[in-house]
Amino acid sequence: MTQFMDRTVIGLTLGFALVALLGVFVLPDWLMSQVLIAFSRALAVLGLVVLWRTGLISFGHALYFGLGAYTVAMLGKDLGVTEVLITLPAAGLVAAVVGFALGFIIRKYREIFFAMLNLAFSMVLFGILVKTEALGSTDGFSVEQPTLFGIGTEDSTVKLTVLFLAVCTVGWLSAVLVHRYLGSVLGSLTTAVRDNEIRVEYLGYSVAQAIHGKYVMSAALTGLAGGFTALALGQVDPESMVNWTVSGELVFVTVLSGPGSVAAPFIGSLLFELLRTYAFELVPYAWQLIVGGTLLAVIFFLPGGLWSLISKLGGRDRAAQPGGNRGEGER
Amino acid sequence: MTAILEASGLNKTFGAVTAAKDINIAVARDEIVGIIGANGAGKTTFVNMVTGWLTPTSGAIRFDGRDITGLAPRRITRLGICRSFQVAQVFMTATVFDNLMIALGIADSHGLAVLKPLRLAEREARADAILRRYRIHEYRDQVASTLPQGIRKLLDIAMAMVAEPKILLLDEPTSGISVEEKFGLMDIVMSALKEDGVTVLFVEHDMEIVERYVGRVLAFYQGEIICDAPPAQALIDPKVIEFVIGDEPQGQAMRERAGLAPAGEGSDA
Ligand SMILES: Nc1ncnc2c1ncn2[C@@H]1O[C@H](COP(=O)(O)OP(=O)(O)O)[C@@H](O)[C@H]1O
Ligand SMILES: [Mg+2]
Repeated sequence: MTQFMDRTVIGLTLGFALVALLGVFVLPDWLMSQVLIAFSRALAVLGLVVLWRTGLISFGHALYFGLGAYTVAMLGKDLGVTEVLITLPAAGLVAAVVGFALGFIIRKYREIFFAMLNLAFSMVLFGILVKTEALGSTDGFSVEQPTLFGIGTEDSTVKLTVLFLAVCTVGWLSAVLVHRYLGSVLGSLTTAVRDNEIRVEYLGYSVAQAIHGKYVMSAALTGLAGGFTALALGQVDPESMVNWTVSGELVFVTVLSGPGSVAAPFIGSLLFELLRTYAFELVPYAWQLIVGGTLLAVIFFLPGGLWSLISKLGGRDRAAQPGGNRGEGER
Repeated sequence: MTAILEASGLNKTFGAVTAAKDINIAVARDEIVGIIGANGAGKTTFVNMVTGWLTPTSGAIRFDGRDITGLAPRRITRLGICRSFQVAQVFMTATVFDNLMIALGIADSHGLAVLKPLRLAEREARADAILRRYRIHEYRDQVASTLPQGIRKLLDIAMAMVAEPKILLLDEPTSGISVEEKFGLMDIVMSALKEDGVTVLFVEHDMEIVERYVGRVLAFYQGEIICDAPPAQALIDPKVIEFVIGDEPQGQAMRERAGLAPAGEGSDA
């Protein structure tokens, strides 16, 4: 077993390949589009999980989600750039740059102050977007048809399939990279920072720098998530991209998924999407009741998130193999 | 004698409290120095200034001739001054082994090397060797929050030592540990430290431990060093007995030995 092909990487590769095959050959369009939306959001959750392991929760990552979404949309609208190989990386990059700048302030805060400072910044962006006529104010505007290698299509199934395969690829790559990151020395400075900042400093590493790096990483992933979502919905507006409810949803799915594995955000996010859809069909005016009830159940019975259920069912009792979990999975 | 650690004219005030007052000392390589003083005398403040947690109000600290005053703890750690804590500072949710792996990982990694995997076979072997050296290997897979106090203190010291420092400051290594365990713990620690040839300064309340392990005593009183001498001399110094040892459990015995109190008279307080 080489360092590059551990069990998690093999599992992720098989899992994403399976989902991709199912999507292309089996799933109906409506379901494929749900997976697309869910996996897009999962990219953001992946970043939030890294922060959570560090003991930090952000109630304002809609800031980066919105930045990513509007970057993709504005590149098409204002510059005529629709190539996804440019617009999607740009979404992540813009979010990362803003995250890097704000990180100098945010890294000084912890707990509720960290959470709320992020919220405050996201509300500023929300306010700016709502006031900006050129960006359609509260109505937003629609996203230009995306192209890949310069080729676009009007066929909605083809477009959906391409986006779906793209999100599977980016999702797989991000999960593998985050997994590798968590297994590195720097990755161990997630739970270590959460446990004892003084010790980290006295071992010779800057806590501020460790947090800043993770923050930028989460910003970039959330920007990518926003970019994908903009392409999937074909529309951006402040309410659905930058509002505090978007941040809340991201935190919701983070808690639902649990910090145990890099695969959890994808599973948790998909479950959330399906849960919301079915709850909405069942009780259109009180779907939040079902979704909220589910979260309560998870918090009470599965504090480690859905992943703890999966590992329990799979008989993978991590406590029984101390030191064997390569940087992932801790209670 | 070239000093490896030199403090000159160190002062530290917290509002109206003077926690350090004109401290001047030079410590030579390989010295074992005991720091004694009543609670609030300024011992931890001194350790905190040397290791960068606190910046002195005035004065300078030199390490190997280099001015390190006001450097951040992580920089001072990287230069070769490490410390343990009065209350052990470990990663509570991690196992003993993982605590050491993280410590080794950071000590080994400079720049982008922090992106290399933490769990390298070679590093794991070193972690195990250190655990054996500090006699805590049997606790290897136990989560730190469940450890007995003494074991957690040993882990704290072992973690401070992974960077192979030139100077180690131990802040009350035996506090919170039962009298019977104290000597065992100090034997383990001091023999490991001697092998590594590290210069040690340790804060201690138990005068028997001070007598047994140190070559030199610094006695603190209200932020000042009131005595700087070998233990045989320091522990019978009238000022030390009045301002330091008087507050310690063995105060009475010490006073008797120094002929300052008749045998059998109850201790102060
Ligand atoms: N961070 C601080 N803020 C304010 N006062 C402090 C601080 N640290 C120490 N002091 C004060 O400085 C004096 C010396 O404290 P300290 O160095 O902890 O004593 P010791 O370790 O010898 O018991 C005490 O009066 C203490 O209350
Ligand atoms: Mg103290």
